[in-house]
Amino acid sequence: MHPIRRQRLQFVILIVVAASVIVGLMAYMLGQNANYFYTPSQIAGGEAPQAVHIRAGGMVVDGSVKRSPDSLDVQFEVSDGMATLVIQYGGILPDLFGEGEAAIAAGKLDENLVLQATEVLAKHDEKYTPPEVADAMNQAYKLKQQQEANQ
Amino acid sequence: MASGRSWNWFHRMGSPRWFYETTGRWLPWLWVLTLALMITGLVWGLAFAPQDAKQGNSFRIIYLHVPASFLALAGYYIMAIAGAVGLIWKMKLSYMVMKSAAPIGAALTFLALFTGAVWGKPTWGTYWVWDARITSMLILLFLYLGVLALQYAFHSREAGNKASAILALVGTVNIPIIYKSVDWWYTLHQPATIKLTSAPSMHPDMFQPLLVMILALYSFYALALILFTRAEILQRESKTGWVRELAQQAHPAQSAGVTK
Repeated sequence: MHPIRRQRLQFVILIVVAASVIVGLMAYMLGQNANYFYTPSQIAGGEAPQAVHIRAGGMVVDGSVKRSPDSLDVQFEVSDGMATLVIQYGGILPDLFGEGEAAIAAGKLDENLVLQATEVLAKHDEKYTPPEVADAMNQAYKLKQQQEANQ
Repeated sequence: MASGRSWNWFHRMGSPRWFYETTGRWLPWLWVLTLALMITGLVWGLAFAPQDAKQGNSFRIIYLHVPASFLALAGYYIMAIAGAVGLIWKMKLSYMVMKSAAPIGAALTFLALFTGAVWGKPTWGTYWVWDARITSMLILLFLYLGVLALQYAFHSREAGNKASAILALVGTVNIPIIYKSVDWWYTLHQPATIKLTSAPSMHPDMFQPLLVMILALYSFYALALILFTRAEILQRESKTGWVRELAQQAHPAQSAGVTK
């Protein structure tokens, strides 16, 4: 390669490396400070600030969804396996919201550590299955549970 | 001495005329391939693939969303590499490829963001969230538009080419960030369904049409890039003999008037 071209190549590599290092450092610093997402165990441990807009989420606990009979108000619990968080919400829930599914809520914590949510989003996983296959898998799972219960 | 000879093929490839004539022979085949893959993938994915157990039919937007996102990312590397080749070898054709890749990449990025928003409303409950994946895709759109804008920001074409190429190179940092954002941060966007290291987390009946659509978009990208670059060549080389000859063959009466 011609020396001048080699020099230009070094210049190009320098640009890419310098930009990567700068952005990498920025992302690293932001990652340390901009943690506005909290898990139920972090909130139970008192790590989340009160009366500040935060996001929290986890798996919706089976049987915890309580709907008000005369309004849109709904209360449910989310869990990360270690602790649970009570969430209150007064809006329309997304289609994929359901017990046993992941959900994310945005809002403020009150003094009882209940999240007064202004927005609830359903998080979808990366798996895609046709309904027949999902049904078959559910039935197999139930059958296995029954067998275990009988033993 | 030996190294001097081995670079010859590379320099010959940099000739706009050589590119124009060679790709002219490829074009009909590329059109057939693109249309065949696109029609097969769309009909298979939208009409015959089974619906998703949880999302129903709205999941079918994946057949546009994922292939468009793939090419929005891969196309950025093509643009940046073309810019680097232009900076290092001062190759005119390379800058033309870089400029042509910008609007195509911007359109694909917009398509990925738009289809994601349409899918996000019924699935997540919102059109938009400022999570790492979606925000970094928006930055990608601005990078593409920035490269394009810099082309027109200077009086001299040389300065515009250099500025665009440097922005394109700096922006490459964003590509691995977009790709890994779903693993590095807690995002609303789900992790990748198709991974290099393991089997896709998708039923084969749904995955096969997706694979066809990804190939269709690669083919479409090649076609679009070649067409845009050819148009750019004709514009930038309009004063050269071979382009004038081409124009005369195409419209004998009009160009005869012009050349007089």
